[in-house]
Amino acid sequence: MQRFVLRRLAQSVLLLFVLALVVFALARVSGNPADLLLREDATQEDRAHLLKALGLDRPVHEQLYLFLAGALRGDLGESIRYRKPATEVFFERLPNTLQLLPLAMVGALVIAIPLGVLAAAYRGTIVDRISGAVAVLGIATPSFWLGIVLIYVFSIRLGLLPSSRMGGPSHYVLPTITLGLFLVAGMMRLVRSSLLEVMGSEFVKLARLKGLSQTVVIWKHCLPNALIPVTTLFGVYFALLITGAIVTETVFAWPGVGRLTYEAVIFRDYPLLQAVILLKAIIVLGVNLGVDIVYAYLDPRVRYA
Amino acid sequence: MAAGAPVVLEVRDLRAYLYTRWGVVRAVDGVSFALREGETLGLVGESGCGKTMTGLSLVRLLPEPAGRIVDGQVLLEGEDLLTKSEPEMRYVRGRRMSMILQDPQTSLNPVFTIGDQILEALRQGRADGGRSLVARAEDALRRVKVAAPEQRMRAYPHQMSGGMKQRVVGAIAVAGEPRVLIADEPTTALDVTIQLQYLALLKEIQARTRLAMLFITHDFGIVARMCDRVAVMYAGRIVETGPTRALFRAPRHPYTEALMASVPRMEGAVTRLPSIEGQPPPLHDLPTGCRFADRCAYVDDRCRREYPPTMAIGPAHEAACWRIERSPSSR
Amino acid sequence: MARVEDRIDVELAAATAADDAAHPRPRGDFARLPWGSFVIIAVLILVAVLAPLIAPHSPTEQSLPDKLLPPAWEAGGSTRHLLGTDVLGRDVLSRLLYGARVSLIVAAVALLAGGGIGLAVGIVSGYLGGRTDSFLMRTVDATLTFPTILIALLLAVSLGPGLKTIAIAITVLIWARFARVVRGEVLAVKTRDFVALARVHGCSHLRIMAVHIVPNVLNTFMVLLTLHIGFVIIIEASLSFLGAGIPPPTPSWGQMVSDGRSHIASAWWLSVVPGAAIMLVVLAFNLFGDWLRDWLDPRLRQV
Repeated sequence: MQRFVLRRLAQSVLLLFVLALVVFALARVSGNPADLLLREDATQEDRAHLLKALGLDRPVHEQLYLFLAGALRGDLGESIRYRKPATEVFFERLPNTLQLLPLAMVGALVIAIPLGVLAAAYRGTIVDRISGAVAVLGIATPSFWLGIVLIYVFSIRLGLLPSSRMGGPSHYVLPTITLGLFLVAGMMRLVRSSLLEVMGSEFVKLARLKGLSQTVVIWKHCLPNALIPVTTLFGVYFALLITGAIVTETVFAWPGVGRLTYEAVIFRDYPLLQAVILLKAIIVLGVNLGVDIVYAYLDPRVRYA
Repeated sequence: MAAGAPVVLEVRDLRAYLYTRWGVVRAVDGVSFALREGETLGLVGESGCGKTMTGLSLVRLLPEPAGRIVDGQVLLEGEDLLTKSEPEMRYVRGRRMSMILQDPQTSLNPVFTIGDQILEALRQGRADGGRSLVARAEDALRRVKVAAPEQRMRAYPHQMSGGMKQRVVGAIAVAGEPRVLIADEPTTALDVTIQLQYLALLKEIQARTRLAMLFITHDFGIVARMCDRVAVMYAGRIVETGPTRALFRAPRHPYTEALMASVPRMEGAVTRLPSIEGQPPPLHDLPTGCRFADRCAYVDDRCRREYPPTMAIGPAHEAACWRIERSPSSR
Repeated sequence: MARVEDRIDVELAAATAADDAAHPRPRGDFARLPWGSFVIIAVLILVAVLAPLIAPHSPTEQSLPDKLLPPAWEAGGSTRHLLGTDVLGRDVLSRLLYGARVSLIVAAVALLAGGGIGLAVGIVSGYLGGRTDSFLMRTVDATLTFPTILIALLLAVSLGPGLKTIAIAITVLIWARFARVVRGEVLAVKTRDFVALARVHGCSHLRIMAVHIVPNVLNTFMVLLTLHIGFVIIIEASLSFLGAGIPPPTPSWGQMVSDGRSHIASAWWLSVVPGAAIMLVVLAFNLFGDWLRDWLDPRLRQV
């Protein structure tokens, strides 16, 4: 077990390093990075100053060293737009996103799992067809459009829910739905097909031979096995949520790191974008690492290895 | 022998069909037999003849929605199981009739400990005032000769060998003290050395509890060891039934004869291993006459036209073949 | 003597009955074909190709007196602009038609590039096995669990928006998915006898991969391609929405939705119409992909 943890940790660190390299390389790919990193109204002095600070006149490996050293210190440059250290801006906004993500994930699980089970248990009936249709539509709907439509219907036309910004509980409804729908659709299909697969297993026959009812067999025996593929995909789902948050926060003017990413793109705020990406990467890698460890701990085959 | 003991299970003209994309597969097409208390009846035949489907039909666990029992009666201690509702069948399963499946690797749920799975079976069964469920589970494991049952309770299926898993499956099957046990090729997936031990175990359990066993297999060696009586199945129907010894010594149905002949013998020179020519007919497209006709050495026109009725040969020995009518005495 | 194929034994029947229960198959008759999807896809391709011919106006032609007109069926709309106009008086329908080109072209380029790379990596990884396989699959896993859209955004900002950027970005996003599935297929194929025979005959690895492995995984690959068309279209639209896609004045659906956002209260059609188009097209491709997969390769159902 310990070896597993260490190995995964090493992998994550390596990935982070590779990502940093990619970021470093991209900044220099299209000309002088100084131009990317400066404000439009910067003076020649500012430019010269930056050139010196980044060591842009020095060999590449020295530049890399400076970049990495700075990163390890927590210095990822200064946001052009906010004129503050990029990391500071990021951590200011992070809590807001962290409120939305778990809500969407939990909401998705709570809806997708029962729906998936019902669809599998009542395969072929109207329940199955309806949930299948919902899933297919959910996957095809672009979340940015969904958010806008929801705003139009519930906020502008019906005036029931607020359309933007953070606030009371009602502010969380639409963004959570927008963020979670894609996840629900995908999860539900997976639960359904995985469950149908498990329902054909031999141990299901044995469970029924003990005198258990089909309902008990599905929920107690089949579902835990069926959920294994869902949990293995947790990392993928988390990445989807982070991605989705960019668009959702933009549409709902939610002051989180997703919207920050959007702003960084729109305003061509390269230092901020760079910082956001690296910091998000750390979070994603950290979460994946944590999930892998938990999963390895729970799986009896690995635990007792 | 168990002759004279009360009949525990009687199956009359059971028909179970599978509705597939190729058409209607008549997996079980008019099967009848009787099982007495304490007796072991072997159900033999080559793969695909319908023996497993017969077993599943008795407990009404055919693959849905394609499988369906279309006719017949299954009388367990006089009650027709086919007329029971699903909640009533749930009561029967495990408590009055139970089954051991073929592959121990897939019979147990990989995410639960075997203790959990045995406890679950016990909870469905009769209450035993005075002893805790865990104690009863450990007892059940001891009775199937699993050493150190207290530790084994906490083990997961993947931590046990195939033989041990099959013992656990056996423990689960008899936990509810059923009257009838259906064993569907329980030793096919086990090592040869383990097979004998397992069969001995089943025999011991049977002696202790007067269990009636339906033993489904394709292996005549096991039949000789385990079964008091044998029913030979071919293309969805039983072609011969009789006491084991009588069947082995003097098989009357040409298929049984051919099966016996194809069992390799150690004595004597062997130039070619005998086998039966041809294939069984496709179960979705069965002929009107005798189903063995195409491969039979004694076939005549009547065989192809009419399916032979089951005719008596000796005490408790019968077969479905026109030849018996032609020459009623053996040979 | 009956053919082996004619002999349907009970176990096979039972097994397929159980399999049918888990995976219902279309019976192959005409009623089961996804006609709706076919029609939508055909229309899309036609529209994209013929846009210059059938669009009522130029997509970039501004006409300020006509700005913010509602669609023809609403009060105040006109038949000259069936789907209304935007804030600069540009005809929404024409922009929609031209936008179809963008979606299709980007999808095609990205799929070919990403699919091609994924195919190559999957084959090499699956066939060679060992360290190479291990290393490549770790890379694939890393790509899959990482929100690669962030890389796409970074590319857009550093390289500047445009077709090249967005194509590279989406390629980076999807190659891993292809690689993983193709590798699985290769693992199944390489154990088959004809591969061993080829080795015995002295074929080089490269030749085996090209001549023997590729044709056998092509089926799966095709299905995977079609299943990803919808995904790629949504990604492109999302990137355009975020300002990292094809830059104006070329109309793209994602951009149109974004532009229409600030006018949502007064001119809902500006965002709703292009978004609906995206949804409809993606739906059609997804259903088509599902049908194709069920028809060609039922084993892919878990993807």
